[in-house]
Amino acid sequence: MSRRAAALTPYWLIMPGGLWLAIFFVVPMVMMLSLSLQQGDVVNGFQLTWHWQTYVDGVTTYHSQIVRSLQYGLASTLLQIVIGYPVAYWIAMHGGDRKTAYLFLLLLPFFVSFVLRTLSWQFFLSDDGILLGTLKSLGLVEQDYHVLATGGAVIGGLTYNFLPFMILPIYVALERVDPRLLEAAHDLYAGRVQTFLRVVLPLSLPGVFAGVLMTFVPAASDYVNATVLGGTNNTMIGNVIQNQYLVTQDYPMASALSFTLMGALLVGIFLYARALGTEDVLEVAAR
Amino acid sequence: MSNLDPAFVRGLTRPRRDFLKLFGAAGGGLALAACGVEGKKQAPAKQSDVQKYWAGKTGKGHVDFANWPLYMDPKKPELKLFTQRTGITVTYKEVIQEAASFFAKIQPQLAAGQSIGYDIIVITNGIQFGQLVDLGYVAPLDHGKLPNFAKYADAAYKKESFDPGNVYSLPWATGITGIAYNPKYVKEEITSFASLFDPKYKGKVGMFSDTQEIGNFGMLALGIDPEKSTAADWQRAAEKLKQQRDQGVVRKYYDQGYVDPLAKGDIWITQAWSGDVFQKNLEGAGLKFVIPQEGGTIWTDNMMIPKTAENPVDAITLMDFFYDPKIAAGLAEYINYVTPVSAAKQVILQDAAKASGEDKKTLTDLAASSLVFPTPADYAQLRHYRAFKNPQEQKQYESIFQPIVTA
Repeated sequence: MSRRAAALTPYWLIMPGGLWLAIFFVVPMVMMLSLSLQQGDVVNGFQLTWHWQTYVDGVTTYHSQIVRSLQYGLASTLLQIVIGYPVAYWIAMHGGDRKTAYLFLLLLPFFVSFVLRTLSWQFFLSDDGILLGTLKSLGLVEQDYHVLATGGAVIGGLTYNFLPFMILPIYVALERVDPRLLEAAHDLYAGRVQTFLRVVLPLSLPGVFAGVLMTFVPAASDYVNATVLGGTNNTMIGNVIQNQYLVTQDYPMASALSFTLMGALLVGIFLYARALGTEDVLEVAAR
Repeated sequence: MSNLDPAFVRGLTRPRRDFLKLFGAAGGGLALAACGVEGKKQAPAKQSDVQKYWAGKTGKGHVDFANWPLYMDPKKPELKLFTQRTGITVTYKEVIQEAASFFAKIQPQLAAGQSIGYDIIVITNGIQFGQLVDLGYVAPLDHGKLPNFAKYADAAYKKESFDPGNVYSLPWATGITGIAYNPKYVKEEITSFASLFDPKYKGKVGMFSDTQEIGNFGMLALGIDPEKSTAADWQRAAEKLKQQRDQGVVRKYYDQGYVDPLAKGDIWITQAWSGDVFQKNLEGAGLKFVIPQEGGTIWTDNMMIPKTAENPVDAITLMDFFYDPKIAAGLAEYINYVTPVSAAKQVILQDAAKASGEDKKTLTDLAASSLVFPTPADYAQLRHYRAFKNPQEQKQYESIFQPIVTA
């Protein structure tokens, strides 16, 4: 192989992935960026006018939905850590021979479509449904108590729907913890709590980090849960964007809001990475 | 974006330095400008356009029909009869939940001149109806192929303001937007719009997410006639609706999906379309529908053929079939919406004469129902949608009411 051809080899290797990203990521992004700066309507067409004002209008009109989305995303991510960490810990440390079976059980509900599962929650939690109807007839909750159409229902739905994506990376990180390290900790007179806090937890943090990446971003931009489980004041920014694209057909506004959301999420994730003290976000995520 | 900008392609193939330059003002501008979305407002169709469209088109023996839910007996007796008589098969799909979202779904395909997979679509005489016509997305109808329509359609339906002379559309059914409630929870007679704004029903009121539907009710509650409303009226109505929402009165803004929550008790009282609750009641839901004393709004859902339809000839044959009074009567008996064929009333009365007991009463009531065969006095009570003069006006309207439903 000539030296020149050898020098090209890395480029050939990167080409499939590079082309994939160029076609399915860069091109749509450029189109969206362009759309966000256009003005017009569906009947008369849209023209690029460098109308940055759309961003200002979008943020002024919909800032509460953006903030709410970040809050809901954060709340559901925290809940997922609280619920998911012990599950992952138990499977990794005490799962024994049945680890695979437990992981399969964890993923089993996910063979049913996302929307269908969310709709079944709506059915289950409806005001006079199986759960609340029974509780009401027993006099355990007030007649006008309801779960649907509240922020709690949306956060609950997000937590439920993304939980496995939190558990799996944490499980992988915990699974890799070398048992000899635990033995060493024990030999050095560390108690169970000490061992967990000073050995296991730090080693599992990259898993938590990857879990947060995989759940916070989709949770904050989700719109299905808010549509199915939410009410009038639980609209998330994903709903607004979906509505602007697919109902009002105000493409510029939809694109501008998408970019704003993306920016907000990127800033959030980078700040989080900094706070966690990691130098390279992606390296940690890929670990 | 069908033609890639040369600068853009160069950016992809050259080393990274150049690629980044693309995002500099000049190169980026070129790439961004290449992404403009074309709109094409069309001139109204002339007789020659009709001939041009239908020339050489023949039936293929199949129709794909897109309609709203609760618009036909689930057993589809009318379609079975049609297939029996003509040999044309029909695929009937209830895919339209809301005019705006359905239009947004089909618009990109129509703009690209592609088939949307449906030969008949049913569109309300609202914003999207006008857009379909203005953009030249729907086929002009060949009235030579519509003998039943010519003979049996009521005169009023041949001169509707949104499509005089039925150039693009034939009415499927007309309906009234009023109030539906579940008497299991609501222990009073509902007669007025005020009940939708009553804090007593906090968290139990449903409203529509369609900007025209919700705007209309906001205006009617303030005593404004939507058809003659001004931008200032819209603002006032929006204030009223915002207040209703922020007091927690509204549970949720719905599309066609309001019927089940109403039957389940998630909402007790809601904006509703006249025929829906009757069909739900066939399953034993026990719901009630009222036209408020201040008047409801009347609208017409219309069958249209997309220009890109694969089977327009079969589609127009099916459209005409629904104007056979016997068919129209059968349909009205089930869906309880206003039929554009008043001769159907005689058919229903004849059916009633043959029937006995409970069925006889149901049919006699139906023939007398002002929701299926309104009298001129009933019509006078109903309000019409606001027709927008231009896209700017419509955009202004939507920018006022859209933020209410996406809070």
